[in-house]
Amino acid sequence: MAPMADAIVAEGLVKRYGSVVALDGLDLVVPEGTVMGLLGPNGAGKTTTVRVLTTLLECDEGKATVTGLDVVADAKELRRRIGLSGQYAAVDENLTGFENLDMVGRLYHLGKKKSRDRARELLERFDLVEAADRPVKGYSGGMRRRLDLAGALVATPMVLFLDEPTTGLDPRSRLGMWDVISELVAGGTTLLLTTQYLEEADRLADKIAVIDHGKVIALGTANELKDQVGGERLELTVGSAHDAATAKAALSPLAIAEITLDDRSHRLTVPVSGGADVLVDGIRRLDAESIKVLDIGLRRPTLDDVFLTLTGHATGENGTEEKQGERGE
Amino acid sequence: MSAFVEALGDGAVVAKRNLIKIKRVPDLIVFSTLSPIMFVLLFAYVFGGSIAIPGMDYREFLMAGIFAQTVVFGATITGAGLAEDIQKGVIDRFRSLPMARSAVLIGRTTSDLANNVIVIVVMSLTGLIVGWRIHSSFLEALAGFALLLLFAYALSWGMAIVGLMVRSPEVFNNASFIAIFPLTFIANTFVQESRLPGPLKTFAEWNPVSAVTAAARELFGNTNPEAPVPDVWSLQHPVLMTLIWVAVFLLVFVPLAIRQYRKAVAR
Repeated sequence: MAPMADAIVAEGLVKRYGSVVALDGLDLVVPEGTVMGLLGPNGAGKTTTVRVLTTLLECDEGKATVTGLDVVADAKELRRRIGLSGQYAAVDENLTGFENLDMVGRLYHLGKKKSRDRARELLERFDLVEAADRPVKGYSGGMRRRLDLAGALVATPMVLFLDEPTTGLDPRSRLGMWDVISELVAGGTTLLLTTQYLEEADRLADKIAVIDHGKVIALGTANELKDQVGGERLELTVGSAHDAATAKAALSPLAIAEITLDDRSHRLTVPVSGGADVLVDGIRRLDAESIKVLDIGLRRPTLDDVFLTLTGHATGENGTEEKQGERGE
Repeated sequence: MSAFVEALGDGAVVAKRNLIKIKRVPDLIVFSTLSPIMFVLLFAYVFGGSIAIPGMDYREFLMAGIFAQTVVFGATITGAGLAEDIQKGVIDRFRSLPMARSAVLIGRTTSDLANNVIVIVVMSLTGLIVGWRIHSSFLEALAGFALLLLFAYALSWGMAIVGLMVRSPEVFNNASFIAIFPLTFIANTFVQESRLPGPLKTFAEWNPVSAVTAAARELFGNTNPEAPVPDVWSLQHPVLMTLIWVAVFLLVFVPLAIRQYRKAVAR
């Protein structure tokens, strides 16, 4: 296969469940060797997309290929080339960690010896050697997820699908999972990752597709998406209402959109563009007016800002609910 | 590798996984054995005195019925197990692997058959203790046990369809009991079907469970010499009738179960 070919191509996927439209003409292209983050709230269609691409579900309309193979016509051959780790750890509680991975190897038809060797190798890689021969029942949530991820890697897949790999994990286990996944993609695996966490997409994905109501509504790198809501935010806090008003007037030449002022905390948020120079410029202007600044900083808009701008609702809200007409604040 | 050999190989891997569960969670086999033992004791000592079968001892009559009921209940494990696997996402994982489509079902029904073998051995010993005896030859008795197990195996595939449809073990148990109780009670299992009233009698005469019970009685030599010859073909030729039911079950249930498996996804 040519370098930088497209590992995943989906065109116009539609999937309906009765009157509920789970996928509404979803298009997606993931180049080989890259990480695509599918970002969206519950019910946006993330899991349905993964299920269609991993041959678990047939869509009603549209077509999709993974590594050039059609998800319906070439389903069986395709399954040899992909690994899937689902929304919850699909490991067998009554089997040991080793038995789980050995079983998956056998079902990929790796053969007896190779399945065992691969299982041992993955247990070591995912820091599960000590627990290897204990039933999974006694594993922590983080350990189960690591084992499930190891299961998806048994056959060294060309394309890996991770459906909300850290949902339900405590913050420490989540950081652990992120390290594991980062390491993995550094090795060049193509990865499609779904997540509700903006931070996760920002951290792991090369490109992010924001999906809502079964459609991709924005696509780009985390930075490109952040640029869509406009540059940076200069945030500062001053000591009095008088200073706040003066500061607002002094900084207005720098603002690319309306400055917001919180009267109670005397906190100003100034949308700007131009990076660190703007910060220096801003401080000079404030200094010229002799304004006492308690706190000042430049921050990029977060993906939360992006999501809110694009969809009109926050990520935590259910995607099937009515859209709010305006951007909330 | 031919598709058939592959399906059997994959099925063996899945069956091994299920059997490990029997080993690690012995409560399962303990309880699936205890309830038939309880049934033997209840019917032998509580109802046994009230249900008179002229011409033979009730316990001799009873055992084939309990065997049939037990293997039918054993077959329901297939559905409950699959429903649980769907709920936990294990089926999603299996379906994303390049394994044979029938393998999960082959493995599941096979390991449930193994479960039924264990239960039947324990029950036979209980029966022998309460006074049940086999009056036929060794080979006939073996054929009797084989027929019971074959019947349960075929029924397992039907239970698989239900388990894959309902997706939750609790719902499956409630749903299957509605079907299982009439099947195992409106039959010749615990009473003589000839004494049932009108429509129930007809149901009992053509009930597959009656066929396998009558076949087991015949093969164990537990038939009643004084009972009138049944006037329906199904009970005059119970062994053949059972084999017909097994064939029908397999022909209908196997393709339907595989079809349902291909569609099954966790919610």
